[in-house]
Amino acid sequence: MRDGCPTVAVFFDMLDFSKNYFELFGLPVSYIVDANALSDRYRDLQRIVHPDRFANATDQERRLSVQGAALINEALETLKDPIARGSYLLTLHGVEMDAQNESTQDMGFLMQQMELREQLEEVRRQDDPYEAVLDISNRVNKQITSLVGQMAVQFETPTDDQLAAAREILRKMRFLQKLRSEAEMVAAELEDELS
Amino acid sequence: MAYSDKVLDHYENPRNVGTFDNEDTSVGTGMVGAPACGDVMRLQIKVSDAGVIEDARFKTYGCGSAIASSSLLTEWVKGKTLDEAQQIKNSEIAEELALPPVKVHCSVLAEDAIKAAIKDYAEKRPK
Repeated sequence: MRDGCPTVAVFFDMLDFSKNYFELFGLPVSYIVDANALSDRYRDLQRIVHPDRFANATDQERRLSVQGAALINEALETLKDPIARGSYLLTLHGVEMDAQNESTQDMGFLMQQMELREQLEEVRRQDDPYEAVLDISNRVNKQITSLVGQMAVQFETPTDDQLAAAREILRKMRFLQKLRSEAEMVAAELEDELS
Repeated sequence: MAYSDKVLDHYENPRNVGTFDNEDTSVGTGMVGAPACGDVMRLQIKVSDAGVIEDARFKTYGCGSAIASSSLLTEWVKGKTLDEAQQIKNSEIAEELALPPVKVHCSVLAEDAIKAAIKDYAEKRPK
């Protein structure tokens, strides 16, 4: 065995391509993810597939290490993001969302989304535009936090009803995430103008 | 991605932007959202007692194609009966605006919005 290079067997065991992302990271299949454990485990896994360790490896081993690195990154991105993680969990429970086409029918929610976007459009006319953007961002973040909490509950012991509820929460989260990134853009513009 | 001239025209000069009073019983309001892009669209119609759409307003937060789809739709529905407006297909909007396949969902959103507005109007009317 070459020095510093894991045997293919060890490597396969660590990076079993049939494991789901939670298993890959050695985490419980849950909506609540321990961020510290996630980043610790990510570092461990990255070390295993680091290109330096495969400098003298066979082509096949090198190929596997590249695939492994891609898998680890994809898993991290999925588990880190509240929307991606929710969609992934739904998939694990056999629910495939049609993110492109399905929307929330909750009129009250959509109305509120409209109002928040109108307010964001108006911030420049406020006495303190920057403060006004922060206020919108805070409200959006609070809503997202609240939905994250509701989502976690749905996935504790998910029945069909709860999976349906999680799906609806995800639909709403997408609107909030879009609004948050728009508010961040406006805040960045205002900062540029002030500096 | 390049927008067609018609999309750009509606994007730069959107027709019928605004709101009607939702409490008015001659007004129907359709609110729809596109989760993929986080777009939100509000489309309102003002309907005569004879069931003809006299005026329409919209407000859309979204991409150029979503704005153009709703702007075009407000032009199209004016003077139409509710039945006629109900028949408008998203494919007609997509064709008129030459929307690329990835933007066809914006025209679907507009079709959903007019249907929702007609439904809202019908529900508000005393039976």
